Amino acid sequence: MYAALWRVLPGPIWLRILSLLILLAGVLFVLTEWVFPWVNEIVNDQEATVGGQ
Amino acid sequence: MTEPAEPAAVPTRRGRLGRRRLRPVSVLGVLGELLITAGVGVLLFIAWQLWWNDMIVAGEQSKAAADISTNWIAEDRKARDADAPPPAPAEYGDPVISRVPATADPFAVLFVPRFGAEYHRTVAEGVGTSVLNSTRLGIGHYPDTQMPGEVGNFAVAAHRSAYGGGMHLINELQLGDAIYVQTADGYFTYRFRDLEYVAPTGVDVLEPVPGSPGAVPKDRIITLTSCNPLYSTDERIIAYGVFESWQPTSAGPPAEIAPIIAAQAKG
Repeated sequence: MYAALWRVLPGPIWLRILSLLILLAGVLFVLTEWVFPWVNEIVNDQEATVGGQ
Repeated sequence: MTEPAEPAAVPTRRGRLGRRRLRPVSVLGVLGELLITAGVGVLLFIAWQLWWNDMIVAGEQSKAAADISTNWIAEDRKARDADAPPPAPAEYGDPVISRVPATADPFAVLFVPRFGAEYHRTVAEGVGTSVLNSTRLGIGHYPDTQMPGEVGNFAVAAHRSAYGGGMHLINELQLGDAIYVQTADGYFTYRFRDLEYVAPTGVDVLEPVPGSPGAVPKDRIITLTSCNPLYSTDERIIAYGVFESWQPTSAGPPAEIAPIIAAQAKG
């Protein structure tokens, strides 16, 4: 899967590494901006109250 | 020598890549990579929740509290003669009790020097997610418990970790530590008395006399509740403080929190 990604990326090695870093930054941005807050709403049971209000 | 070497290298590389393309994709290999990706994703989520999100939310909550606090002081200055000398302690009178606010309305700012020299958070009405998980509020006042300075129990809740972790260091409180509550009217000083650990169903801690349902209150208590142990929700940790004194906004803040209030006025 990742080997295929590496082969699909064009250009010399430095350009491929740069593209990968940009892709990674994009993925991290999407995760922290939308995916993680959404998952947090679902899985979070950080109750701090007594009586479960 | 170098010129013929270059064209020769290109076909070799192409040839190698061509052979790789023909290699069948291993289902197990892709599955393995997907699982590793999912694992890294889960770890990233935990790191995000416990540190990144926590730090950012804590900063935002702290800034929001500073705005509210500064605003109350400015309004008090406008409302009275700014050149008048501050009142003497004998003139403070009885604590002014705030009216019960609407749900999610901020009405107090909590200062706990033991939680950090810069620690201040907004207290809003209600303990639902709209208050506790808010980036601007963070500390919730249990409805139907008393207001700051009132005889009985001023009970609040905050997260131990994540969502700004308003009570992250609650277990570090030591006998006599100050807990300051600022409202639009003034500053209430409470002194930390003791910790208690209860089940999540232990609503007795919210009674006007904590732990004694039906008893007639004489003391003015502050009750802080949060999760215990850290990063778990199995128990609740409860911190009690006893009311010590009150001073109106015009008298200025208690000495211990004066530097924070001076710093937040500068922005």
